[in-house]
Amino acid sequence: MKFTWFHLMPYRYLPEDFKDKYRSVWVDIPRDLYDPKVGHRLYNDYLDQLEFADRVGFDGLGVNEHHQNAYGLMPSPNIMAAALSRRTRHANLLVLGNSIALYNPPVRVAEEFAMLDVISGGRLVAGFPVGTSMDTNFCYGEVPATLREKYYEAHDLIVKAWTEKNVFSFNGKFTKLRYVNLWPKPLQQPRPPIWIPGGGSVETYDFCADHDYQYSFLSYFGYIAGKKVADGYWNVLAKKGKPLNPYSLGFAQVVAVSETDEQAERDYAPHMDYFYNRCLHVYNGFADAPGYRTLKTIKSGLLGQVGRQAALRREGLTWKDFLNEGYVIAGSPKTVRERLREAMKSLNCGHLMMLMQIGSMPPELVRKSTELFAREVMPHVRDLWSDWEDKWSPRPLPESERAMPAPIDLGRREVNGKSAPGATVRAESRSTAK
Amino acid sequence: MKTMQKIGGGRFEVEMQVCGSGDPLLYLHGAGGLVGVDPFLEELGKDFKVIAPHLPGYGDSTGGELIEDVVDASLFYHQLMDDLGIASAYVVGHSMGGMLAAELAAVDVHRVKKLVLVCPAGFWRDETPIPDFFAMDLSDLAANLFHDPKSPLAQMFTAIPEDAERLAEMYVERTKRLTQASKFLWPIPDRGLNKRAWRIAAPTLLLWGASDRLIPPVYAQEFTSRIKQAQTQTIKEAGHMVMYEQPEAFVKAVRGFLKA
Repeated sequence: MKFTWFHLMPYRYLPEDFKDKYRSVWVDIPRDLYDPKVGHRLYNDYLDQLEFADRVGFDGLGVNEHHQNAYGLMPSPNIMAAALSRRTRHANLLVLGNSIALYNPPVRVAEEFAMLDVISGGRLVAGFPVGTSMDTNFCYGEVPATLREKYYEAHDLIVKAWTEKNVFSFNGKFTKLRYVNLWPKPLQQPRPPIWIPGGGSVETYDFCADHDYQYSFLSYFGYIAGKKVADGYWNVLAKKGKPLNPYSLGFAQVVAVSETDEQAERDYAPHMDYFYNRCLHVYNGFADAPGYRTLKTIKSGLLGQVGRQAALRREGLTWKDFLNEGYVIAGSPKTVRERLREAMKSLNCGHLMMLMQIGSMPPELVRKSTELFAREVMPHVRDLWSDWEDKWSPRPLPESERAMPAPIDLGRREVNGKSAPGATVRAESRSTAK
Repeated sequence: MKTMQKIGGGRFEVEMQVCGSGDPLLYLHGAGGLVGVDPFLEELGKDFKVIAPHLPGYGDSTGGELIEDVVDASLFYHQLMDDLGIASAYVVGHSMGGMLAAELAAVDVHRVKKLVLVCPAGFWRDETPIPDFFAMDLSDLAANLFHDPKSPLAQMFTAIPEDAERLAEMYVERTKRLTQASKFLWPIPDRGLNKRAWRIAAPTLLLWGASDRLIPPVYAQEFTSRIKQAQTQTIKEAGHMVMYEQPEAFVKAVRGFLKA
């Protein structure tokens, strides 16, 4: 069993009356609710949290892409992964991912992912989401009718750019390039592992199965409701005669650990409320642009993650409901161990993506929950799926071959050379600009 | 009367409402599509042979995937006229259909005898942004489409069926139509008509509901400033859905202009 510590990086300070006063946390949320000084603190706290997760033994650190919202403040997750690549050592960098239909030309994604893979010594997992309707259609203006076609074309181009030995030309419908010649190429050869995050579009099952990609189900309804989607995926794999390897499924789940079950409620219930009622407060008209989901998916009856129906389903849920219905796995280490094992077995899931910073949760609670999980839960669930080979994790360079960042020394050096220890900086390298 | 017609060597099978007799009048519907039996078309049928095709992707018309932009749409309507043996016709287009009618009239100026653009899309003014029709809830939709959003007509257009199965059907149908419309209108309904409208040679009537809140009547200027023979007429107590809200005044204006 593998554990990824996944950050959404929400804005923690939306006002109490946010839900009543504003129609949406996404797309047209007023800009004056964002304070960049607070943002400065948040980004740095959040990177600290991810770095801490690396140190306490998580297998992966997860970041993702969203636009124009207070739910997740990473328009470019690659910037976060770049920061993490220098300050972490062990964990995989799961960028889940870049919404590849949005980049023109999509080789930009191939290049940036290759850079991340090379800098990090081959620790990258490349995620290719379609992106939410809010992000792709409403914020980035993609025509819903052609979004998916553009996505598939971008995928073909990126994978070819990584794997093709020679310069090639690409005559796509959306992208035409005379010369594709990727410098740098990824460190992992022929390419980094590819994970496809999905919110329940039925086409994604086939896409993953046909390419042997890992399917990551990102749901905020928890593992009980998620079983329907997981089963849909396994059915497709079974039909195609593919092995039902648990590591080919990733699942996102809110997890929170405290000293006791009662303390968990006191610690985390308000932040769950913030997450579901503010972070996921999306105007129904933005949830699902016509054509964003295919008719096949709509007819399959799978529910979207946000919008009116999703909100109705979550309305009025108490902490107890959140627990009972599996929205959150929370409690004492013992409780979490048991629930988690049961959940992962029922989903047949080998890659857990854990949301441990929930909504407005402050750093000290995040640290407590992370530490308790690493110490008292993770070692007891690790043994799950030990018979299976994980073919979807990165294959980094061995430690002995990896470059080591220079030790961090935040002091400024004296230019004239005498006093500062280690002052090897030449005087002319200091700026003389006024 | 509903008919099916093969167009373009069977590439498209097109559902059409056809009624009346006289000189051919081609009616191009808006993003919402045709209702089924549209009384104003029946009324126009008293003077014209009205042909109202469902754009491929709408109704039972097939071949929607072959139409991806305004060039494809314009060529489709030309092919339709070829296959129906119509050398030239009166063309009336509403909203998105007005945009496509203008494209059609600009591409081949000999095919359109007279043009009526009813609250047409096709332009964008920063100082008068067109509300985001695709993101609207049904209640917002009523407020934007009708002069009187509380009228039984507006309520009928935007009613949510009680029956779950009917609701699902409606949702699928609406998704199908608007997905196709998104090719011309998303995220901003401007596909370069400003470069081509000057070619339109047909005498043109800009017909607008005076209280159109979706595409405000000031947009008429974008057309009249470019089209050589253009005139504007507004209809009182009507919004964007002027032909349903004020059918008599609408038919009178269209007939008056085409017969003049």
